[in-house]
Amino acid sequence: MTDFTLPELGENITAGDVLRVLVNPGDILAKDQPVLELETDKATIEVPSSVAGQVKEVKVKTGDKVKVGQPILTVEEGASSAASSQAAAKPQPVTAKQGAAKAEPAKAEARKPEPERTQQVAKTGQAVGANTAAKVPDEEAGLEQHVEGGKRETSDKPGTKRPVGDNVVDINRPRAASETAASAAETPPAPAAPSVRRMARELGVDIDTVSGTGPSGRISNEDVKAHAKELVSSVGHSGRVEPIASEPLPDFNRWGDVDRQPMRAIRRKTAEHLSAAWATIPHVTQHDLADITGLEELRKKYAKQAEAAGGNLTITAIALKIVAAALKVFPQFNASIDLANETITYKKYVHIGVAVDTDRGLLVPVIRDADRKNIIQLAVELAQASEKARSRKLTLEEMQGGCFSISNLGGIGGTFFTPIVNAPEVAILGISRARMEPVYHDGAFIPRLMLPLSLSYDHRAIDGADGIRFVRWVAEALEQPFLLALQG
Amino acid sequence: MNTQLAVIGAGPGGYAAAFLAADLGLTVALIDPEVNPGGICVYRGCIPSKALLHVAKVMDEARHAKAWGIQFGEPKIDLSGLRAFKDNVVKRLTGGTGALVKHRKVQYLQGYAELVDAHSLRVELVTGGEERVQFEHAIVATGSVPTVPAALRVDDPRVMDSTTALDLPDIPKSLLVVGGGYIGLELGTVYATLGSAVTVVEMTAGLLPGADRDLVEVLAKRVRNTMKSVLLNTQVTAMRPESSGIRVTFAGEAEAKEQLFDRVLVSVGRRPNASVPGLDRTRVTLNDRGFIVVDGQRRTAEPSIFAIGDVAGEPMLAHKASHEGRVAVEVIAGHNAAFQPRAIPAVVFTDPELAWAGLTEAQAQQDNRAVAIAKFPWAASGRAITLDRTGGLTKLVLDRQSEQVLGVGLVGPGAGELVAEGVLAIEMGANATDLKLSIHPHPTLTETMMESAEVFFGQATHVYRPRKK
Repeated sequence: MTDFTLPELGENITAGDVLRVLVNPGDILAKDQPVLELETDKATIEVPSSVAGQVKEVKVKTGDKVKVGQPILTVEEGASSAASSQAAAKPQPVTAKQGAAKAEPAKAEARKPEPERTQQVAKTGQAVGANTAAKVPDEEAGLEQHVEGGKRETSDKPGTKRPVGDNVVDINRPRAASETAASAAETPPAPAAPSVRRMARELGVDIDTVSGTGPSGRISNEDVKAHAKELVSSVGHSGRVEPIASEPLPDFNRWGDVDRQPMRAIRRKTAEHLSAAWATIPHVTQHDLADITGLEELRKKYAKQAEAAGGNLTITAIALKIVAAALKVFPQFNASIDLANETITYKKYVHIGVAVDTDRGLLVPVIRDADRKNIIQLAVELAQASEKARSRKLTLEEMQGGCFSISNLGGIGGTFFTPIVNAPEVAILGISRARMEPVYHDGAFIPRLMLPLSLSYDHRAIDGADGIRFVRWVAEALEQPFLLALQG
Repeated sequence: MNTQLAVIGAGPGGYAAAFLAADLGLTVALIDPEVNPGGICVYRGCIPSKALLHVAKVMDEARHAKAWGIQFGEPKIDLSGLRAFKDNVVKRLTGGTGALVKHRKVQYLQGYAELVDAHSLRVELVTGGEERVQFEHAIVATGSVPTVPAALRVDDPRVMDSTTALDLPDIPKSLLVVGGGYIGLELGTVYATLGSAVTVVEMTAGLLPGADRDLVEVLAKRVRNTMKSVLLNTQVTAMRPESSGIRVTFAGEAEAKEQLFDRVLVSVGRRPNASVPGLDRTRVTLNDRGFIVVDGQRRTAEPSIFAIGDVAGEPMLAHKASHEGRVAVEVIAGHNAAFQPRAIPAVVFTDPELAWAGLTEAQAQQDNRAVAIAKFPWAASGRAITLDRTGGLTKLVLDRQSEQVLGVGLVGPGAGELVAEGVLAIEMGANATDLKLSIHPHPTLTETMMESAEVFFGQATHVYRPRKK
């Protein structure tokens, strides 16, 4: 018997939500056969098995949050060699039994018809050999990115997270009357009245962690409140940023109908990541305007050329090139700060993240080596990355390793905004909508197209003077593209 | 019609849920084939059986009165009068719930529900026609039905389930009760008192599997007297209807492998009734035993649908269903509620009654938990002696370190009422000292709770049992 544990999934990925379990006990599992569909921070992943054999036990279920290293399956390896040799010897026919076993997961979850999915599994059932061959796992990470096209719903449903405190109860065990008391194992239940326990639940406090001040450690309402206060204040003191316990929410139903939805993984991850960035980074945002009247003419002139290559000559694409050049001139903007070890890491590569608005939330694909590509190339890559992000084809790998981020909200509108630095990066450039403004020039106001820029930076790594120098450099490069060739 | 909440099934779980929802200001539709709310519990379960058990108890006491110098003579049984009493009890209670439906402006739909999808259902009305209901949330509270194993499925009116047995078709000379659980023992007690020679057959080694043996032994002793025989470790392998009765074949410890009975009551258990049409059009899932799978808030895999009561898991008890119903409604109304009882009391309304709540001694042993057991025998209770019922026993299961009450078990007349104090003690996290220091009225059986706690400290007034060092 071997346990298959959740393997390393990639940089900074420690856990994910189980969208689907793709095998059942009794199934014959081949190596590299997908066993789980996992929603991690920003991508949906199929986790392939590193072991082969007969599945004895499946230890996770849909909706579970699993961590790297957590046992997923128990597999009896005895059956493995037989299974794999069988598959190797005759890839085409598969015994009816195997076919049925394979098809089972689909049957079990196909309460709502999902034709695409069923089809895929049916195909799997036809030939085990073909299955493993057809799906080529990503060699590097040993992972296969699961592509789901536009099927947005599918991950919504099974991945739905339950509200706190309600694990699905195993009602198989008889005699539930004693179960509640017995499940607490050796320690007796917290000495607290039902009313006190209810209040703790409503405050989001685990009653078992509250120490009671009454006789024999009896827990009162006051003890629960004191504990909750302590929790909130201790979060403020600790260096680590944990999700700060928010104030309890009022009952919104009192003022009208509401719909409570569980937080999706991407939303949760975004919330956690930005809370951490906001809490640890002393932000400064520097605004400026760039006169892009000239650039706009050039942009229109060469737009066709970019289009022919498969890209859009957008301000973002141009900004990518300019920022890449600026990062060479201002290396302190291409750095990461490590206060604990008192070091600053300067990067010798230039990978720039671009925020993309998708129906699933904010995604940030990273354009590699932006300094070594021309604007047309960058435009093409950017168009491809955006399309991938929107169609959920973006891999984790493609969202990692950024040095600096650009967020262009100009397509929607706005003047200036204060973007949040995408830690561990130290700066982010926000771009808003360009507009015609009167500019005083040689004794007269002339109409010029002005582009608002907002640079947020980590003041621990970057001084204010450098901040404005960087923005000025970017603005001037936009105004006089020749500077790029000259200095960049 | 449109409603915020649709409740399918108006048993004690369903109607408690519907009523609370109405009290919280939700619009509610309550769907059930009966005229009024009540469900199996009120129509064909807890309530009618308790009416009959009360009568049985009076008869028993009247018979026993000889020992107290009073003679009533043999009772004359007017079966139709007895049925009428029982039916009136049911009528009165269901009339009451019916009135409450109107007061609370709950939409009561008498009929059978079929789910169309996760937000709508249709009701086939008993009066004909159908009603479409659009709902924001639904609670499935369809309860359970008696289980009849294939070997015991005999199409003969003399083979009864609990429902037909409660109708009291007659008083058979001989009755076989298949199953030594609470339903079989309660109904067996009724028929034995009314004059049937009752044989109880139980597959396992003891009556009431799951309850502590020391408590069951007190009941078993009396059952052996009131019933003709109790066959343990015995299985019924076949039943054959004959003109003179039902011929039953046994396998196991029973000496006579074939016996003839006038009637047979099959009460081997109940199974969840999750056969709501259209449930498969939703994402609601069942486990391998047929229960609807729910989370700690009683929500099914379909977010708009909840399930409570027998259909949502064991123990299959009315009071557990009501509590779950209230939890589900609170959740639906946006409160952060959860089903987290520390004790669900279980009561067997035999004579003597047997009741327990929280951790049992057997469970503690099985879990290898360090508990202290404190027992107070009713032979030392003044009240029990005045009742001439000294066979009872009160038992506390305590945490050895904190002395917290983890479980309570009782056997004796009124145990079902007494256990409520135990439930409160467990839920409040009370310890033995709390029980000991609460003054209990004298002379009552409630003192046995207090004195059990005193036993724990080796200081019971009426029992000399020094604490083991």
